Amino acid sequence: MSDRFAEALWTRKGERGDLIPLLQAAQEAQGYVSEQAMEAIAEITGIPLAEIYGVVTFYKGFRLTPRGHYVARVCTGTACHVNGASELESTLINEVGVERGQTDAEGIFTLEAVNCVGCCSLAPVIMVNDETHGPLTPRSLTQLLKRLRREAKLAMAPKEAP
Amino acid sequence: MRRVIIGTATCGVAAGAQRVLARALTLAEGGGLEVVEAGCVGVCYDEPLVEYINDLGERRLYGKVTPPLLDRILAQGDEPDPALARHLIRVNDGPDRDGVFAHQARIVLRRCGIVDPGSIDAYLEADGFKALEKALGMDPQAVIQTVLDSGLRGRGGGGFPTGRKWGFTAAQPSPHKYVICNADEGDPGAFMDRSVLEGDPFAVLEGMIICGWAVGADKGVIYCRAEYPKALVRLDAAIKQARARGYLGEDILGSGLSFDVYVKEGAGAFVCGEETALIASIEGKRGMPRFRPPFPAVSGLHGKPTNINNVETLANIPWIIQNGAAAYAAMGTEKSKGTKVFALAGRIKRGGLVEVPMGMSIRQLVEEVGGGVPEGHTFKAVQMGGPSGGCIPATMADLPIDYEHITQTGAIMGSGGVVVMDDSTCMVDVARYFLSFTQAESCGKCTFCRLGTKRMLEILERITEGKGKHGDVERLLALGQQIQSASLCGLGQTAANPVLTTIKYFREEYDAHIHDHRCPAKSCASLVIYRIAEENCTGCTLCAKACPVDAIEGERKIAHVIDEQACIRCGKCVTVCPTGVVMKL
Repeated sequence: MSDRFAEALWTRKGERGDLIPLLQAAQEAQGYVSEQAMEAIAEITGIPLAEIYGVVTFYKGFRLTPRGHYVARVCTGTACHVNGASELESTLINEVGVERGQTDAEGIFTLEAVNCVGCCSLAPVIMVNDETHGPLTPRSLTQLLKRLRREAKLAMAPKEAP
Repeated sequence: MRRVIIGTATCGVAAGAQRVLARALTLAEGGGLEVVEAGCVGVCYDEPLVEYINDLGERRLYGKVTPPLLDRILAQGDEPDPALARHLIRVNDGPDRDGVFAHQARIVLRRCGIVDPGSIDAYLEADGFKALEKALGMDPQAVIQTVLDSGLRGRGGGGFPTGRKWGFTAAQPSPHKYVICNADEGDPGAFMDRSVLEGDPFAVLEGMIICGWAVGADKGVIYCRAEYPKALVRLDAAIKQARARGYLGEDILGSGLSFDVYVKEGAGAFVCGEETALIASIEGKRGMPRFRPPFPAVSGLHGKPTNINNVETLANIPWIIQNGAAAYAAMGTEKSKGTKVFALAGRIKRGGLVEVPMGMSIRQLVEEVGGGVPEGHTFKAVQMGGPSGGCIPATMADLPIDYEHITQTGAIMGSGGVVVMDDSTCMVDVARYFLSFTQAESCGKCTFCRLGTKRMLEILERITEGKGKHGDVERLLALGQQIQSASLCGLGQTAANPVLTTIKYFREEYDAHIHDHRCPAKSCASLVIYRIAEENCTGCTLCAKACPVDAIEGERKIAHVIDEQACIRCGKCVTVCPTGVVMKL
């Protein structure tokens, strides 16, 4: 278990209202909410595990499986929709080779959708981790993915021993 | 000293503002230049934006700025470089190139993109916290009366008079009360709250503290969507600074008021914009609405009296206190006072955020402020109010925008998202889109909302696939009414609005899909046939190479042909064709 999540478990008082912040800390540290994390939270807060699972599955922000280096989220808001978001999504699916909600075999991209990121005048956009990119065409999206893949491979390459 | 103000709100960063900022910071190392980060001034179609202030104090706002262009902007002397005229949006507060500012009255957005949102000193210099000082010198009841007299109504969509809402919470005798700022801006196509949080977070805090004084609350919570990472960072910084300067905490400005604010991050559920669901979410539960009464004003967060207002509503408060109720009520229409921020998006030339007095006509907003639809297209409708709203046809565009008139059309004012549609937008597909949204976001508590939206979506899907059945429109109308009357919260009660309004105003499009198997907007993939105008095809082979299913045949320099049977209607050939001879029929 990572330090950041452990710290969150220590500093939160374990009140009912802390449940979602704790789950968020777990996800931030591990990239997803693991069974182990939910068990740890259940112990601290005294909230039954089943109820925690109920909360996790209610909110779209929580993930139950590990994520890739990048989470690429196609914005499916109204402005993006009328400006061709579905074409972007099919490009994304074609290029990465997995469906919405899945992660590619190399662990680089996880594909998701988001309702609206509030960048409607740059529609259509996609959000990669916390960064928004737009306006994109299928072609510029392909280039963006190429660049990101290159960067991810560099970042994920095993560091040489000093 | 010379200054550059760079808009680094989410929209600016997405357009490349970070590179411009990096360049500016490098240039500033040599001295003689101050670099300021600000929010978004609303001219989103021209991002990244840079305002340059020369030694004489003259301000020039430039659009679509790149790092090399920034160099040239800064290389200017007191005389402006004529080569940059194309990028110049406006000089000082004068008339702007596109006429976007001409129709605006900026209250909520008055500091956005101009004042550094990361510095409490910049806020204080721009009259910040003056309203709070004034309010703390007033009797809480007098503060509520001022808000009541201003005629301010809830900007989150409901349109309930804010002063009356405050009065309900104030009347509760509890020693502990909450003020919640609803920043769970979920309507797709609306981004005014994001922009205000990123561009002027202190104003929202000031509005909350004034509200806390008026209703007798000691704690404030801002419930902000996790999808707005930049807003969360700026809010956090603003709260820390406000605490350090004594604007939050014990005995604020010696008034005896103790009030502190913390931020709760949402976890991605549209229904949490509904007040009782939002409270459940803050309490760590599944965000499901509950029956009212009791209203939150009586029993809200942790069972305490709670006042919930939207971001834009709270951002109006300091201006109203400072300038008086009469000044605010002087703007707008009889029952809808003041200004409203609209997010213009969709098929429009100049998308962005604008703040105009209530009562402006839809046509003026779309055509004069927003510059109309893209060249070669005709304005067809606006969608207002997001998934709870409806489509208003262009034939009704002379309607003034206020709560009453918009509600009469079957749409709602909502939070102010205005998505413009033109002849390339299929209204059945728009209805299907919104239903797929509400169907996915229904929390599942009420049967009609949970199952009814699913059934409606299935019908709409088959219509857009050309498999509509006789009587489908009647089935949609009946289901829509049932969902409306048998759902607990606003999500269900309004879920059918996009369908009902498009049937009301664009029935012929439904009929064309169902009876003629034709999509008049040529947008529904299953109903479109792609064909190459052979006489004009140059035989460049680009389309054949791009086709994912090899449905295009043809030799180099010989006209190509699409095999209609094999075609999956992905539209790639249209995108790549350099001569534009691939047609949609």
